[in-house]
Amino acid sequence: MLATELAQAVPYLDKPFLPALRLLTCGSVDDGKSTLIGRLLYEQSLILDDQLAALKRDSKKHGTDGDNIDFALLVDGLEAEREQGITIDVAYRYFTTPARSFVIADTPGHEQYTRNMATGASGADLAILLIDARKGLLTQTLRHAAIVSLTGIKHVVLAVNKIDLTGFDQAGFDKILVDFKYFAAALGFKTLHAIPISARHGDNVSRKSPNTPWYKGPALLDYLETIDVAEDKSSAPFRFAVQWVNRPHLDFRGFSGTIASGTIRPGDEIVVAGSGRLSRIARIGTFDGDLESAGAGDAVTLTLTDELDISRGDILCDPKNRAEVSGQFAAHLIWMNEERLLPGRSYLLKAGTRTVPATVTEIVHRLDVNTLGEQSAQTLRLNEVGLCHLSVTSPMAFDPYKANRTTGAFILIDRASHATAAAGLIVHGLNRAANVYVQGLSVGKQDRTRIKHHKPVVLWFTGLSGAGKSTIANLVETRLYARGVHTILLDGDNLRHGLNKDLGFIEEDRVENIRRTGEVAKLMTEAGLITLCSFISPFRAERLMVRDMLGAGEFIEIFVDTPLQECIARDPKGLYRRAIAGEIRNFTGIDQSYEPPENPELIIARERQTAEQAAAQIIAYLTEHQIIDRIEELGEDWSI
Amino acid sequence: MLQNLYVNKGLSPHLRRLESEAIFVLREVAAEFSRPVMLYSIGKDSSVMLHLALKAFHPSKPPFPLLHIDTTWKFREMIAFRDAAAKRAGMELLTYVNKEGLARGVSPIASGSSVHTQVMKTEALRQALDLWHFDAAFGGARRDEEKSRAKERIFSHRSAAHAWDPRNQRPELWHLFNTRIKAGESMRVFPLSNWTELDVWDYILAENIPVVPLYFAKPRPVVERGGALIMVDDERLPLKPGERPRMEEIRFRTLGCYPLTGAIRSHATTLPEVIAEMRASKTSEREGRLIDHDESGSMEKKKREGYF
Ligand SMILES: Nc1nc2c(ncn2[C@@H]2O[C@H](COP(=O)(O)OP(=O)(O)O)[C@@H](O)[C@H]2O)c(=O)[nH]1
Repeated sequence: MLATELAQAVPYLDKPFLPALRLLTCGSVDDGKSTLIGRLLYEQSLILDDQLAALKRDSKKHGTDGDNIDFALLVDGLEAEREQGITIDVAYRYFTTPARSFVIADTPGHEQYTRNMATGASGADLAILLIDARKGLLTQTLRHAAIVSLTGIKHVVLAVNKIDLTGFDQAGFDKILVDFKYFAAALGFKTLHAIPISARHGDNVSRKSPNTPWYKGPALLDYLETIDVAEDKSSAPFRFAVQWVNRPHLDFRGFSGTIASGTIRPGDEIVVAGSGRLSRIARIGTFDGDLESAGAGDAVTLTLTDELDISRGDILCDPKNRAEVSGQFAAHLIWMNEERLLPGRSYLLKAGTRTVPATVTEIVHRLDVNTLGEQSAQTLRLNEVGLCHLSVTSPMAFDPYKANRTTGAFILIDRASHATAAAGLIVHGLNRAANVYVQGLSVGKQDRTRIKHHKPVVLWFTGLSGAGKSTIANLVETRLYARGVHTILLDGDNLRHGLNKDLGFIEEDRVENIRRTGEVAKLMTEAGLITLCSFISPFRAERLMVRDMLGAGEFIEIFVDTPLQECIARDPKGLYRRAIAGEIRNFTGIDQSYEPPENPELIIARERQTAEQAAAQIIAYLTEHQIIDRIEELGEDWSI
Repeated sequence: MLQNLYVNKGLSPHLRRLESEAIFVLREVAAEFSRPVMLYSIGKDSSVMLHLALKAFHPSKPPFPLLHIDTTWKFREMIAFRDAAAKRAGMELLTYVNKEGLARGVSPIASGSSVHTQVMKTEALRQALDLWHFDAAFGGARRDEEKSRAKERIFSHRSAAHAWDPRNQRPELWHLFNTRIKAGESMRVFPLSNWTELDVWDYILAENIPVVPLYFAKPRPVVERGGALIMVDDERLPLKPGERPRMEEIRFRTLGCYPLTGAIRSHATTLPEVIAEMRASKTSEREGRLIDHDESGSMEKKKREGYF
């Protein structure tokens, strides 16, 4: 192939080519968003013959513009799908001009769409805010601007549409711009440009319009083709999240990942943020050979000069400019799930390539996105934004989102449904943990274990009320006692008389009840005891939370699986009868659900065995797993 | 020499960004799933995806096998290319045929495109994923292919019955993909989501990626049916009375089962010519895919049933 041929086929070969512009379009219903996107696609002759023929047909039938082409019909209506209940958060459209490629993230324009906008905005560099010239600034416009700012978009275009309907009036346009600038002053945009357009007739969309001689700036497309939105990520401090440990054979140990920010060269010093260990870059490997340097956005495989213990989720950074490391931080949460936020509940937090259990410890305030005002709140619901404090089970490395959109962002995942519950943007770290943490105790858990003849574990009995949890737990404790094992039994009812007496039975309180119990069980474990916990604990997420508080193998989940009908029939405390009569609310199995464990260590099927047999099954498990010694019990043998 | 010059100059910033995004997705799946697989359909998108996989894990081999769902009606040249490509990549190639469908005599000719695709592709894919217990499958689909794909996620969650539930999709923020699934559920993953057809060809040219020769014009035996040019790839295509294959210089924009894939008349025999033709083109790529014309809204429906 000849070089000229190649250059013809690939026109950017001989000229610098800006990277694709990823833009977000925001507007209220009927502002003309679909018309604008349709026209942009149409005027770049991206509408192909087969599509155009269909469009002309549809315009006659459904169009709103007489016999003219209705461009809005080109982008199929997100609204309609929403009505069918299909979750449409973002549709992506692509077009290319000789100067640049564009990716448009288009979100439906209805009222409640903070979640969708945030999703589209998270990947965008620029936002077009559509305004109807006749209506001026609406609350919605301000809300859009606030979310755009929150998600870190620095470049905004105000597209003042339907300017034809105001007779191309300059004064109205100027007023919109002045008003908007006033509101946006606090929002931290780097560029803000307003353009009077008519999406329907094409004024100032791809070409400058003779109808607006007073407008001196470029047409919308020209503006988008030339704006440079590249943040100088390559001169920012080096950040690299290890994504995959690359180990083809014993002589090679590389760390594959994408550089989040900064530039590196072989020989540069790096630090592993979590452990504080230092090393140097040995090689920057790629399929096409080693590189002399690599920068933000490059997917590479690094090797280091030292053998350090590094795995997926670790962050490598510039030792002179390190990421913050903390177990607690403040962040904005954009709530995305139908199920509201429960403070204290355990969620999974994914930041970069790391996933850790996390809880929201405090809601500082909820943000009113219409006014930017702050309100107090107990929870966050779908589409709400709030400033929260979060705590993760082990310290993690991060930057404020303002400084780094990659290392400052995270998502929360619901542990039971696996839904993406929230988007998080870190504001700053909270160093409380560092002060309270690790007291440098000289006698440790292991030392205490050594003077006992068993390993400290938590036996967590879960199941419906009346399933037989406490009966079995009591039997097990009696047998352990007989063997000289040091135990304690924590029972839902007992703890509710003291430590947890301020808690009721609504979801939040149930979560908190389990969290406190977990903390107590953890202390008991540290003390070297076998702790038996008998709690209905209906939610998977909380049981997982306790599991995460403890060390590997220390949490033994015992599912006392007695069918609901059987429990109702037994009804030892008469509670089911009252719950069914409606006298007790939030009763598990009646008007609150029970989520059975997915992988419990033990299942006690009560239909097929007595409480004594169940206890024997648990003792057998403990000996098999060498938690207690295999000695003869004093007394009768129940184990058949 | 020229290739080197090109590589040294590097990919355009646009293609480089697409490339590293795809590599990120590939690595993320390798790290977070226990049994991933790459669906390899032999077309240009699959060729690019395979090339990206080799890049993502180098110097290791990609930690997953390739899987081809063979409908038994692919062009012969495709099958030859498939085996060579897997060999070049040094990757394990699994192929799966829905034997039960075959035994029932399902074919594009006897059953029509809709039933054939459903049984030999969609059902076959489900059977294969279940057979080998794959929990994540890469596909080469792009959002620009078709209107309804514009909203597809990069990580698309499927129930244990392989159903796609459009009412229950997960938002994708930044590059933080929620990969959590329950036992039996799986994920379809599309690393090329943000690529356009033109990006794919530009990348093939820039990276010198081998593609099936059927993409280049050559005289081939065809018959014309309902405005579509169908290549007579073997004797299984029954000729209608009076129908006689004639040689025409044609090529394909997309490849599928040969009786269901329309060719275009073309003289483009090299990559730059193909790209130049594409830029001038006035019809969409799926025009050549007969399955999409079958019924309107057909993509949405197929996806719900488990088609890619
Ligand atoms: N006169 C005039 N009408 C417009 C303009 N832009 C959009 N429209 C009309 O406004 C209506 C709503 O437009 P549409 O694009 O569907 O709004 P969307 O809900 O924001 O996508 C349609 O009837 C359009 O034809 C414009 O610049 N001038």
